[in-house]
Amino acid sequence: MVTSNKEISPGSDRAGLLPALKDTVSKIGSLDREAMSGLAGQCRLPLNEVFGVATFYAFLPVSPAGKNIIRVCRCLPCHLKDAQAVIGSIQKELGIVPGETTRDGKFSFELVSCIGACDQAPAMMINDKVYGNLTPPGIAEILKSF
Amino acid sequence: MAEKRIVLSKCGSIDPQNIGDYIAKGGFSGFVKARDKMKPDSIISEVRKSGLTGRGGAGFSTGLKWELARRAKAKEKYLLCNADEGEVGAFKDKYILSNDPFGLIEGMLIAGLAIGARQAFIYLRNEYHFLHGPLTSAVDQARQKGYLKHMDIRVFEGAGAYICGEESALMNSIEGRRGESRYKPPYPPTCGLWGLPTIINNVETLMNVPHIINNGAAWFSAMGTGRSKGTKVFSVSGDVGRPGVFELEMGSTLRELVVDLSGAEDLKAVQIGGATGNILPASMLDTPLSHETYLGSGAVVAINSKRDIIDVVHNDMHFLNEESCGKCTPCREGTGVMLEIYGRLSRGEGHENDMGALDALARAMAVSSLCGLGQAAAVPVLDSLKYFYNEYVDRISQSHFLRSYLGGELFKSEEGIR
Repeated sequence: MVTSNKEISPGSDRAGLLPALKDTVSKIGSLDREAMSGLAGQCRLPLNEVFGVATFYAFLPVSPAGKNIIRVCRCLPCHLKDAQAVIGSIQKELGIVPGETTRDGKFSFELVSCIGACDQAPAMMINDKVYGNLTPPGIAEILKSF
Repeated sequence: MAEKRIVLSKCGSIDPQNIGDYIAKGGFSGFVKARDKMKPDSIISEVRKSGLTGRGGAGFSTGLKWELARRAKAKEKYLLCNADEGEVGAFKDKYILSNDPFGLIEGMLIAGLAIGARQAFIYLRNEYHFLHGPLTSAVDQARQKGYLKHMDIRVFEGAGAYICGEESALMNSIEGRRGESRYKPPYPPTCGLWGLPTIINNVETLMNVPHIINNGAAWFSAMGTGRSKGTKVFSVSGDVGRPGVFELEMGSTLRELVVDLSGAEDLKAVQIGGATGNILPASMLDTPLSHETYLGSGAVVAINSKRDIIDVVHNDMHFLNEESCGKCTPCREGTGVMLEIYGRLSRGEGHENDMGALDALARAMAVSSLCGLGQAAAVPVLDSLKYFYNEYVDRISQSHFLRSYLGGELFKSEEGIR
């Protein structure tokens, strides 16, 4: 799915860095030091540069993440449609607060910026899938399906 | 006034995964005309005469931008389509990409002819990953039909950063860097991606191009207002009965969009253009929407009379502080200080000097921030002070009641989610 655009970037080894980081996350779930060192070598960059790029982006976790990542939108349209209730339900169902991962490693829970599902507010993403018009019973159902 | 669907004319009436369907409905006729019957200069002159402006929020003349890139001398030039729609309340490009990807491809192919680009990228936000496959397949279908001979198109996916919708940050991101804004000048048409001339256009801007080539500049410029020609696609959400995507002629009023089409009732205010957008009171519903007045990227959030404006701006500021890239001090620190002030106001710890502090800080950020994020972070703050000053005064004067109302546990849970 991710292709390197190295061959069409004039004289820059780092052009393939972002696709490579994303590829690593999709394979092993997060970016550890070993993976980042490997990419730093490939792109001929110091490790701190790679770390700097990785930590800039919300979808590139640099600490171990759960198998499934729940991202609840906290921006205005969802906020107006009671995103708090969604957050509360997930906290209750999973016993973790935003920023945490369940002990079994099944779920990570994060609050994120607008995901563009404002017409279905309140909304969240689990991995790449968007779930909208959420209600507390609905959320329990969705979480059970994982 | 009813909707006027030009950009969205094929949305819903074609199979977005079948290029044959798009062609049967007249698709790619604009591209074929531009390729076979027009010179790059005449394409640019037609787009310039049409008065088409950037639909991502800045409203710069598309034709003029293209001309700058056309004139720039370089061995390579690039075309970037900005599909990093991250504005709070914006989902119009998602609708377009889902329903008419070929319209975008056709617009990009014409832009490529005009500026002389051989490589184009569609920068798609990570949140729209589900569109990566369909969009790539649409590009592949166009390639198989032989439309991509002069320029190739690749879908490049972001990794979750609002600021990457800012053009220089977007280029940094493709180059494999942190998505931080660059100092300008130089501007992208002369020095953009990898230092080469680059044109960055919003999805909706490019969608207009085939229609202009097919129907002519005069047809397009007959619609709209003095400096805002054609139509605008809006996404409406918040306190409305019918949230969704609507296309209206430029100069249509806020009332037509939010009340007539979207079914808002009991309105208190409307925020236009995302978290950095203007907050207008309901008394201004008859304001026309155009570059001359209020427009932004077309994200409109309706706020009803039960809502608290300080809570609205607090939420906006949380987003802006989170998404500030951190490169320039006014934005990085300014959004942080403002978030702290709004947090205190919300907890009943506001001070009567806070309004003055917010006003001074907002004005300083507006003139000293590096890019649009920090400059426009001031907008909702200043508008709320202008139109809803009493809410600040009341909040502060009633702080001690608010503190006792919030109490211990409730107060903690409120903090957790902000």
